[in-house]
Amino acid sequence: MSNKRIDLELITSLVDRETRVLDIGCGNGELLDSLKRKRKVIGQGLELKQERVNQCVARGLSAIQGDADKDLGLYPNQSFDCVILSQTIQATGQPKLILTELIRIGKKAIVSIPNFGYWKIRLSLAINGKMPVTKKLAHNWHDTPNIHLCTILDFINLCKELNIKIEKTIILSSNKTKSYNGIPNKFSNLFSEEAIFLIKS
Amino acid sequence: MTFEQNTLPCSYFTEKKPLLLENGTSIDELTVAYESYGKLNKNKSNAIIVCHALSGDQFLASKNPITNKDGWWDRMVGPGKPIDTERYFVICANVLGGCIGSTGPTSIDPKTNEAYGLSFPVITISDMVNAQIRLINHLGIEKLLSVIGGSMGGMQVLEWAASYPDRLHSAIPIATSSRHTAQNIAFHELGRQAIMADPDWNNGNYIKLGTSPTKGLSIARMTAHVTYLSEASLTKKFGRRLQDKKEISFGFDADFQIESYLRHQGLTFVDRFDANSYLYITRAMDYFDLEKTHGKSLTEIFEKTKTRFLIASFTGDWLYPPSENLMIVRALSAGGVDVSFVNIESDKGHDAFLLDEPEFDGAMTGFLDAVSKEIKV
Repeated sequence: MSNKRIDLELITSLVDRETRVLDIGCGNGELLDSLKRKRKVIGQGLELKQERVNQCVARGLSAIQGDADKDLGLYPNQSFDCVILSQTIQATGQPKLILTELIRIGKKAIVSIPNFGYWKIRLSLAINGKMPVTKKLAHNWHDTPNIHLCTILDFINLCKELNIKIEKTIILSSNKTKSYNGIPNKFSNLFSEEAIFLIKS
Repeated sequence: MTFEQNTLPCSYFTEKKPLLLENGTSIDELTVAYESYGKLNKNKSNAIIVCHALSGDQFLASKNPITNKDGWWDRMVGPGKPIDTERYFVICANVLGGCIGSTGPTSIDPKTNEAYGLSFPVITISDMVNAQIRLINHLGIEKLLSVIGGSMGGMQVLEWAASYPDRLHSAIPIATSSRHTAQNIAFHELGRQAIMADPDWNNGNYIKLGTSPTKGLSIARMTAHVTYLSEASLTKKFGRRLQDKKEISFGFDADFQIESYLRHQGLTFVDRFDANSYLYITRAMDYFDLEKTHGKSLTEIFEKTKTRFLIASFTGDWLYPPSENLMIVRALSAGGVDVSFVNIESDKGHDAFLLDEPEFDGAMTGFLDAVSKEIKV
């Protein structure tokens, strides 16, 4: 199973059955499709690239073209049971604003991030002196869409600052996962490649 | 050109029950000329209405008996096509106010036994939809699988969804707007003025007087036709190429291919359309303003509706541009409505919705398939 698939599986496991879900940055609808089949959710997708929106619609999903940085304002308060932002927050212009929007729109939100505090990334920067390029973060510094990378610790601190409650965290590294109620232990910032947070206001 | 009712090879539905109109008057006898494709299933759950645009007609996917050309959306509707007539029962009716068999200004007014002409009441998009409701009541269809239409057809779709949410499962408004903009009205006014400036229009009495305002109607069509295209498509198709000559003539003949093309478009249009009908239908479009008619904001009109929407626009459409369509999408999203939106990359102008756009076909097929599965057709 690829890393991406595991990510989707884990997010799916956090979503309640037969609820209304908004997937921000839904891509070609892989996650929404899985949620629809396994969790019988009523799903909506928001995606920047029109081509991917069209792919979603062609596979029977509801999706609209839109920009997470500009278009979240159009959704009313608490209009979804769950809002998902999978591997997207690092590519947005205003992560702080988006986090507050997520828990305004959704009764809960699921955010997954690539962890820039992972030891391989730290080591790569320390040894090579160049911006790390990894499997998960495969772009060069000059062409990356990931303009707001953060570590697990950074994310936890931002949630604290915004009074956002972290209900659950799942950390991933080389296909191993570990689940925590609340925030993960302090080593996870060094040893996990990715984290999935379940947050609430 | 006018067509006597019941002379064209299609189905007709006539009802001698007054149809109340938005302007407060009524039509005593309603005829709707329509075509249907495919088979209505046992529980009548696979019916789709396709609403035609300003110059369209009921010959959606079958040979048009007037022009002898393929139906206007032949590429979209048929066996194995996105609107698959092997699965769906597809109905297309000539609009109220039209001139291809449905009640309109060319019809005989039962009160006077003469063609209505300008005594025909000014109708609106919601009047057109009310005539279609009569038709599906007559066909015994409780709830349509979908109502689909582009341009003016899209306005009817929006009106269907706003006024009769219980009569449709899904709505597909394409390349349309929730109200006519000043620019839209302006182009229609040019067309109407061209018709009314033609002496053969005779204050709308041309049928009685045996004249025909062909010049005016063809200029109206020429103007409108340009708005359906785009600079890119005109340049690609015609550029500055000359028509059957090597040099410009220093005169006012059709030197350029684009001139000759437009003249041809105008001339062939008068063979299949009625000038008064053109006035009435363009007026209905100009009056279209969903928020004003319903006295609510778009979001309030559609709030919590169960109808699923697929909205489509085309990047090169400057007549009903993506922004107009997106405005509807935003209102629906804010109202918690299940809506999808595709904005198809195309440089073909407004007419793109009628032309070959494979990505659009994919969205249409996928959406209809998802809706049919959901309601278990």
